[in-house]
Amino acid sequence: MSEDIIDKIISNVLQGRRDKDDEGIDEGYEDQPGVTELVNEALEQGVDVEKILAEGLSRGMELVGEKYETGEYFIPDMLAAAEAVGAAMEIMEPHLLKKGSKESKGKVIIATVEKDIHDIGKNLVSIMLKGAGFAVIDLGINVPASRIAEEVEKENAGLVGLSALLDTTMPFMAKTIEELENRNLRDKVKVIIGGAPTSDQFAREIGADAFGADAFAAVNLAEKLMVRGGK
Amino acid sequence: MSRKGVVVSNPYNRLTAEQVELVHRTSLELLEKPGILFYNREAVEMLEKAGASSTATREGEYEAWWVSIPPRIVEQVLETVPHKITLGARNPEHSLQLDTDEMRVHFGSGSETNIWLEVHPETFVSQDNPQNKRVFPTITRRRGTVADLCVSAHLAENLENLDFFLRNVNVQDKDITEENKDVNKFFASLNNTTKHVMGGLTDFRQLDNVVKMAEIIAGGREELQKNPLVSFITSVIKSPLQVVEETAEKLIAVSRMGLPVVISTSPQGGSTAPIEEAGMLAQVNAEVLTGVIINQLAAPGAPVIYGAVPVRARMDNLHDMYGVPELFHYNASCAQMARYYGIPCYSTAGVGDSKVPGMQAAAEKMLTHSTVPLAAPGLIHYSFGLLEKTMTFSMEQALLDNHHISMAKFLCHEPAISLETMEEQKEVINKVMNSPNRLYARYARRALRRGDIFPNYPFQGDLEDQDDTLLKAHAEVQKLLSNPPNHLSEEICTEIFDRVPGLLTRLNPYKK
Repeated sequence: MSEDIIDKIISNVLQGRRDKDDEGIDEGYEDQPGVTELVNEALEQGVDVEKILAEGLSRGMELVGEKYETGEYFIPDMLAAAEAVGAAMEIMEPHLLKKGSKESKGKVIIATVEKDIHDIGKNLVSIMLKGAGFAVIDLGINVPASRIAEEVEKENAGLVGLSALLDTTMPFMAKTIEELENRNLRDKVKVIIGGAPTSDQFAREIGADAFGADAFAAVNLAEKLMVRGGK
Repeated sequence: MSRKGVVVSNPYNRLTAEQVELVHRTSLELLEKPGILFYNREAVEMLEKAGASSTATREGEYEAWWVSIPPRIVEQVLETVPHKITLGARNPEHSLQLDTDEMRVHFGSGSETNIWLEVHPETFVSQDNPQNKRVFPTITRRRGTVADLCVSAHLAENLENLDFFLRNVNVQDKDITEENKDVNKFFASLNNTTKHVMGGLTDFRQLDNVVKMAEIIAGGREELQKNPLVSFITSVIKSPLQVVEETAEKLIAVSRMGLPVVISTSPQGGSTAPIEEAGMLAQVNAEVLTGVIINQLAAPGAPVIYGAVPVRARMDNLHDMYGVPELFHYNASCAQMARYYGIPCYSTAGVGDSKVPGMQAAAEKMLTHSTVPLAAPGLIHYSFGLLEKTMTFSMEQALLDNHHISMAKFLCHEPAISLETMEEQKEVINKVMNSPNRLYARYARRALRRGDIFPNYPFQGDLEDQDDTLLKAHAEVQKLLSNPPNHLSEEICTEIFDRVPGLLTRLNPYKK
C-alpha cells in the first residue's frame, strides 16, 4: 500500500504536479491528486515521514535530474518538479521536526541586492534549492545589506545567496559581505553570488565563497558548501 | 496523403491581383510577339496543329522556327493541366502530393554540382605557443564521383526535412560515359534513398532504360504510373525564349509516358532576362508556359510542374547569384503566378554564393530559406548543401541546411489564436499572477512536448573563442552515415542489373 503511494509521489514529481489542478507533462493526470495531496495522504496512512522524503520526493527529484541530464527534460520541467517538492516539504516540515529528523539540508537566505529589482534568476535558484531540500527564506528584491545581515543573524542561516543583474548593483554584493563581516557573521555563513554580470573572479574579489553560473550550479554549490562542508 | 513539408495556409502574395493579370497578359503578348524561337520540328508541328503560326529561319547551322503562340492555346492547355500531382517513392510513406489548393511546401536537394567538398578536423599547434593546440576544420575539394552520389543519397535518406532527392553530384568517374551516365546516376540515387527521386537526363536515348529501372522497382508499368517514384526535369527552354531541340524531344517523350515532369527554365536577370522584376516575370512566365504547352499538347492531362528558376547576374562577372534579395522577389512572384494557373510550382531557396560553409553561406542561405517558403511553392529545390552558387556540394552544409529548413518551416506556422486558446491563456495568466514566483515556465511544458517551441541550435559550439559549428556538423554527418543504407532488395538489384545495360558492377551492393 505504502509502495503504491510512494510510486504515485514519484510519478507526480516527474510530472511536476504540485496539486490536482496542475497540468502535468503527459495526458491522464487530470483531477488526480498532485504531490502535496499525495504527501498528505501518505502521512494520514502513517507512511514513515523519512520514507516519503527519501523514497518519494528525493527519489523523484533524482529521476528528474537524470532526465534533464539526458536531454529529455528541460528547465520548466525541473522547476515544476522543484516547486512541487518545495510545497510538499512545507507540509513535511512539522512531521520531520516531531520525529527529530533533520527537517532540511540547511537554511538559506536569498535576495536580490539593493537597487536591483531583477528576480528571475533569484527565483529559479530559490525554487531549485527548495526542491533540493533546503529551507529557503526569500527576501525578495532590492534588499539592503543591513536587512540581509539581520536575517542571517536572526535565522542562523548557513548560506546566503545574492543576486544582481546590473553592473551598477554588483557593488552592493560587496557591501553585503562587509556588513556580514562588521556583524561578525561572515565566519558562520557561506556566501554564493550569481547574476549575468558577475563571475568567478568577481566572487573572489569581493570575498564571496562561490559564484553560481546558473541555478544548477547554485544548488550544487549549496550542497558542497553546506551538506558536504567544503569550500 | 503527404504529411511532409509544411503547409502555408496564408501564403505571402507579393503581387496584387492586378499585377498578376498584367504579368499574365504580358507573357501572352510575348508568346505572340516576338514569339518563341523553336529548334525542334515536332514541337513546332504540334503547335501549328493547335493553331500557332510559324516561320522557318536558320540560326547558324541549325534550322529553327519563330512560332507565334496565340492566347487561345494557353487557355486550351490550362483546361487540361492537372492541379494535383503525386510524386511517388520507393517507400510510399515518402510520397508527395502536390495540390495547388493545399499549399504544402516540400524541400529537396540538387543541383548537379561538379565539386565535392570535404571537411577534415585537423589539429594545429601555435608557432608562438606550442601549448596552444586547436582543432580546426580544413577543407578539400575534388571532382564528384558516383560513390559520392551514393553517399549523398544515403545522407538524404537521413535528413528529416529533405522531402525529395535531386542528385547533387555530377558523377565524373573515368568509367562514366555519356551513354551510361543516366542509368548509373538514377541507380545510385534509387538504391540509397527511399524518397522521391527527380532528375534530368544527359542522354535522351537512356530514357527507356531509366524508366525500365523505375518500373522494376515499382513492380511494373501500371504500378509506376500509380507510384511514380521518379520524375524528370527538362530544361526545355534556353533563355531568352528559345526551345532546345533535344530537350523538347525528352519533354515530349516523358509527357507521353505520363510521368511527372518539371518544365525548368533558369533565366538570369541582367544577362538572359531583364534584371527588372517586371520584365523577368513576363519572360520567365512565358517560358514556363511554352514548356507546359508542349507537354499538354503532347499528352493532355499529363502531370507537369511549373519550374521557374529565375536568378540574378553578378554585375562584376555575370555569374549567377543566389544569395540576394532579388532571388526572393523573383521566386515569390513566380510561385504566385503558378498558383494563379493552378499548376504545382518548383522553386528555389537555400543556395549560398560562398565557396565554403561559414558566415557568408549562412546569411545567404537563410535569406531565401526563410522567405521563399512563405510564398508557398509546392517544391523548393537546391535547398541542401549547395555552395559557390550550384558548383559545390558539402554534406556538412546539407546537414546545417536541414536544420535551417526546420526554422523556415516553423516560421510558416499559422498563429494559434482563437477564442479557445485565448481562454486558456487568460486562465494561465491569472494562475501565474496568483503564484509566489510569477513564473510561466511550468506552463511552457505542454507546448514544449507538442513541438510548439523551437529547439536550441543543435550545432552550437562549446568554445568561447572559436566557432566549432562546422566540426559539430561534421561529427553528426559521420554519425548519420553510420546508419545502414536502405538498399533495394537483392532480387530487384539482380533484375535491374540483368535488364538495364551500362550499370557499373561496383554499384551492386550484393556483388562486393
